[in-house]
This record gives sequence, structure tokens and C-alpha cells, in this order.
Amino acid sequence: MKKFIISSIFSAFVIFSITNNAVASMAYITNEKDNTVSIIDVKKKKLIKTVEVGQRPRGIIMSKDGKNVLICASDDDRVEVRDAETMKLKYYLPSGPDPELFILSPDGNTLYIANEDDAMVTVVDMVDKMIIDDIPVGVEPEGMGLTNDGSLLVNTSETTNMAHFIDTENLDILENVLVDARPRVAMFTPDDQEVWVSAEIGGTVKVIDPNSKKVKKTIGFQIPGVNEESIQPVGIRHTKDGKYTFIALGPANRIAVIDQQSKDIIKYLLVGQRVWQMDFTADQKVLLSTNGVSNDVSLINVEKLKVEKSIKVGRFPWGVVISP
Amino acid sequence: MNFLTKTIILFIIFVISSVNLNTRELSIKDLEERKRIDQERESERKKRGKKKFLKEILFTTEIIFFTKERKIPPVLSNLDPILDDEGFYGIKLGNEDNLTTGRFTGHDYRTKYVQVSLEEDLISEFRKLAEKGYKYFIVDLKKDELLQIQETTDISDILIFNIRSSSDSLRGKNCHSSIFHVPPSYSMLADSLTQYMVKKKWKDWFLVVGEDEKDKEFANALKKSAAKFKIKIKEERVWDFASDLRRTAQKEVPIFTKGVKYDVLVVSDINGVFGEYLSYRTWNPRPVVGTQGLVPTNWHRTHEQWGATQMQNRFRRESQRWMTPTDYSAWVAIRSIGEAITRVGKNNVKDIKNYLITNNFGIGAYKGVKVSYRKWNRQLRQPVLLAASRSMVSISPQEGYLHPFSELDTLGIDDAESTCKFN
Repeated sequence: MKKFIISSIFSAFVIFSITNNAVASMAYITNEKDNTVSIIDVKKKKLIKTVEVGQRPRGIIMSKDGKNVLICASDDDRVEVRDAETMKLKYYLPSGPDPELFILSPDGNTLYIANEDDAMVTVVDMVDKMIIDDIPVGVEPEGMGLTNDGSLLVNTSETTNMAHFIDTENLDILENVLVDARPRVAMFTPDDQEVWVSAEIGGTVKVIDPNSKKVKKTIGFQIPGVNEESIQPVGIRHTKDGKYTFIALGPANRIAVIDQQSKDIIKYLLVGQRVWQMDFTADQKVLLSTNGVSNDVSLINVEKLKVEKSIKVGRFPWGVVISP
Repeated sequence: MNFLTKTIILFIIFVISSVNLNTRELSIKDLEERKRIDQERESERKKRGKKKFLKEILFTTEIIFFTKERKIPPVLSNLDPILDDEGFYGIKLGNEDNLTTGRFTGHDYRTKYVQVSLEEDLISEFRKLAEKGYKYFIVDLKKDELLQIQETTDISDILIFNIRSSSDSLRGKNCHSSIFHVPPSYSMLADSLTQYMVKKKWKDWFLVVGEDEKDKEFANALKKSAAKFKIKIKEERVWDFASDLRRTAQKEVPIFTKGVKYDVLVVSDINGVFGEYLSYRTWNPRPVVGTQGLVPTNWHRTHEQWGATQMQNRFRRESQRWMTPTDYSAWVAIRSIGEAITRVGKNNVKDIKNYLITNNFGIGAYKGVKVSYRKWNRQLRQPVLLAASRSMVSISPQEGYLHPFSELDTLGIDDAESTCKFN
């Protein structure tokens, strides 16, 4: 027993002492079924290390200064804050039950968490580390989108099939817009003039005008040889230059590349199986996607619109965030 | 205590607690803990003052959950508790989901639970409710009881959801345009199983059928499915032993299954009278599938994909037990009503009925694809789970079964073969 304890302490030391990697362009991937985070050096295109985290990690973001990584440990009902460099656990943030996805305010002081089990968006003060408010939304809230100035929050609820527009000053709902079945992600365009909402079961992406709260356009997908039911849009990423939008299509195993202005589909990129979430590097030259069933991530060259490499990670990779 | 001892003790605590935390499934204790935390948060929230963004109520939809008290039948297995509240919590959760959505749309829902007692007359009780003007019914009834209702009562301007019976005749020659069927029909269940067996190349069957009318109906569906997918039924036998199998299975099953060459033992025993006692006791080592062993079903405790974990947790937190297929059907039924009303924006029953059979209707029901209703017989179009007691084995339709409209329509009776004719 004593031997065992000593060796555990020793191994803990080993884990904590691998800290000398630079944090620039590191991709952090949550592995939902392994309770781990895989860290990839995007420049070297290599898996650097795998770190154990809380139970059922899903949503993952970085603090504004890039020093901390925030992870939704869904089955632990809390959010873990870890040092981005050492991955050492710094502290927990309170959340409601089953946190799934979240977003930070531009000043980094407020965290908005979608609690899937609770039909609430929980608002956490990052300074005092306490819950300020809960906003009742639809059943199984998930997607979270925020404008550049942080004044307007959009949350999607998977079973209610709505995009809830929330005024972040008063924490009140301004409007509820019906979208297609099982909305997963809401993402504002870089100019804040549109918010795109993906509907996984509905198989569409709705483009909503945040001023009038009206649906401007519905984007559908058709891929020859792929059955319509397996086209399930989830992750959305817009390039800052307003050129492209990437949409992950789940079990269709493809990412759609869309002209952000005309909304025309430019091409489909074949990636791993069941692609859900994506993130850009800071220079937006590389896009990473998590492929849940093939247990890997795909690296996409944004300029060439080409998949360049896939890297094996843990089981059921869910979320991804890349350090600046 | 010196520092080192403290560190070691802390570390032991850490190791032990992390071991304990290592379960994926939430225990009843965890769920109760969550419920307690929820209540605390609820009271915190009340202290902060209630938020007001309720839309004014535009209209209220009243739904009846109609069930019948049952005599508890004799069972062979005393493992599973006999449930007298099946469907109830599915309705409760679905009603809450509808209300949450309704809070934003101004649609109110009220659901009434009506259980007809053993002494009361089912038909007259149902008729009373219909005469009172109730339009939406979710019924947990057997095939004959449902048939009686449609034969004796004018149901043309009400909407009924069947959440219990899998009978093909209710979806075939005895169909009614006002009755929607949530559970997969026997044909759908049979096809789900057969597609998987074709994939596994288990092409020679030994079919064992119980004596109940339902056993024969499911066996019939299995035989039709076998013919459709070119499966050979090498032997078909009726199980008519009356002894207590807990004591005699070891003697009877080997002899019963002797002398036939087959790949798989297919059993039709809906009431669970003997099926559980076939596995591991056959003369030749063969897998058991059908109503026991590997079972086709619309819900199972091992199902966790596509957000099903959330549903399982929510259900268990509410009811302190696992969700059954009937609970799931009840949830789908009440959500179907809610979703249609949300999209149509009215609760006029005629508009709702029409909307439910359009291609626009569909709900996410934790199956990875949307579920919807077949126009030709009002059957819910859905994937079927193939589950063993502790693992999800596969989900049908199997890959490669193609259909011009939806691959889900490779399961069960398609439009062209349907004997259902609405008046």
C-alpha cells in the first residue's frame, strides 16, 4: 500500500512537471468518454500530451489572456479552471447541473453557461466566482453566441427548438425565435449583423438578423451519395475577413465551406467520422475539427480549403479550443 | 501529525474519492443529491426575485392521459418490479417540456390523468370525456380495447395516440385516421431484428412461439420479415409447457431444441412466460433473439447516444426508476402534440392532425434522426434499438438498406403493401 502511495505521488509529480511547453497554438481537445484533454501542438501537428480532467468533459474555452483553460465537466456539475501551460487544476467554478457549453464576456468577467439538465443559462461572476443569476430558457439549452461588445447573448435549446435572444445588461430574454429541430450552435458573424444557428436533426442552418430577430435565410445541404438523415449540422466557424463559414455536418463526415456573404456552398471537406466542433488558430490559417466516432481531429488548411492531416486523440473527442 | 503524513492521508482520500467518482451512470443517491441542489437553487432564485418575461397565454390545450387499472398477472421472473405507473412520468416530463416552450409562445398545456378502475366500464368512461369536449387523448390500452373504442365511439374529430399496442392490425385493416401509433409495430420490430441477422449471416432460424394471441401476432410478423429478407425458418414450435421453468428449464429446453440445424433461436414470448429460460440451455450453443435475449425496442436503459443520457437522467431524477418503452412512447406522444401546436400556432385538432402527417413535422427524440409519422397508417417512423440486457448491440435500419423516401421506411409495412384504408 505504501509503495502504491509513493508511486502515485511520484506519477503525479511527473504529470505536473511536464510544463515547459510553450502555449502558443496549442489545441486542447476534450475527450468525452475518456475524461481527458488531449493537447496538440498545431504548428508541429503533433499530440503533445493527454491530461486527466473531470467527468464527461465537453465544452472548452480559454480565458481572454490565454492563461487558463475552462472545461465543462458535465457529470461533475461544475466548470474546471486549469492553467493552460501546466494543465494543473486551479479552481472550480460553480455551475448548474450538467454544464455543456459556455461563453465568456469580452472583458472576461462574466461566464454564461448552458446547463443541459436544467433548462437554465447560468451567469457566473468570474471575479467572485459565484453564480449571479439563472435565466430560464427552453429545454436542454446548448448553443451560446455573443456579440463582439457582449451586449447580446443567443442561447439555443435543443428540445424547445428555439434561439433565445438575451440582453446581457438586464439578463432578460428579448425574443425567442423558432428554428429547426435540435439547435446546437449559435454563432455571430464578425460584424455582428447575423447570427447563424445550426439545427442538428432539422439538417439546416438558419441565418437570423439580430436586429429584427427574423430569419433571413435557411441553408440546406445536399451531398451526392450521402443520405439526407445523416447530414446533421453542429459546429459553425466564421472567418474574420467575412469570406468563409465552416459548418461541421456530424455523421455526414464532412465540413461544408460556405461563402459567408452569398451563403452559397463552395465545397465539402471530407474529415473523420461524426464531426461536431471546430476552432481556428489565432491567425485563422488552420481549422481543427473534432471527429467523435473516429476518435481523431482533422487539420484543415483554410487558404487551400484542404484537409492536411488527422491526429488520433482520446475516445469521443467533443470540444476544441486553440490558444492564441 | 507531520506534513508528510498529512499529505499522504490527503492523497489517500483523493485516490479513494476519485475511484468512487468513476461511475458514468448516476446512482439514485446522486440523483437525489441533484434534486436537493435544484431545490436549493430554486429557493435562491426566489430570493433574487422572479424574472418576468412570460408571454401572455393565448390558449390552453387540454390533454387526457387515459389508462386502465390492470390485475397483476402471474409472472415467472421475480426480478423486475411490476410497474403500475408506466407512461405517467413520460407524460409528466413531456408536459413540462411543452410548458417550457409554451412559456415563450403563449401556449398553455394542461394534462389530466384518468385511470379507469377494474369496476368501471372503459367505453362509457372514454365517451364521457369525448362528450365533455376533450380533443387530445394519449391512451395506454390493449389492442382489443382500442378497437372497441373506435367501433363504438365517434372519434373522427378527436386525436388519439396509442402508446402501448404494437399490433399490426391496428395499423392495417383496422386502422383509423384519428389514431396515431407511437410504439414500433410488430412488423417494424421484426424487420429491425431480421436486418441485423442478415448482416450477421444468421440465416437459419428456429422459431419458438408462446400460446398468447400477441405471441402469434409477433411470430407472424417475424415470418413475413423472414420471407422478405430470404431467411429460412428451419423449425417452428409452440411452447406449451406449463411447469415452473425456474426449476425445470435445464431439463426441458435441451430436449425441446434437439435435432434441428439452425443458426439462431428466435423467440416470441411477449408476456415473458418462458423466453428468459432459453439462453444457455439449448442443445446446441446458439444465441437467443426476439422478445428475450437480443431484443428490438424503442427505448432501453443502455441507450445513451444522441442526448439519450440527458433523457435517462431527467427521467430517473423524476421517477426514481428507469424509463420503459411505454414511458418513452408517452413522452413522444405528448411532445408530438406540443411540437405541432408550436409550429402551427393554433390548437385546432383538425389542423394539428393534418400537420402531423406533413413532411415538415419532425421531433428530435434522442435517436439521432428526426421521428415523424407515416401518412398511410399514422405509424411513428423511427429507428429501432437492438439491445442486450446490459449493452446496446446495434440500431436498425442497418446500413445498406435503401429506400426512396427515408431509410426508416425499410422497417415495417411500406405504403404500397399497406392494407390500411382511411374512410
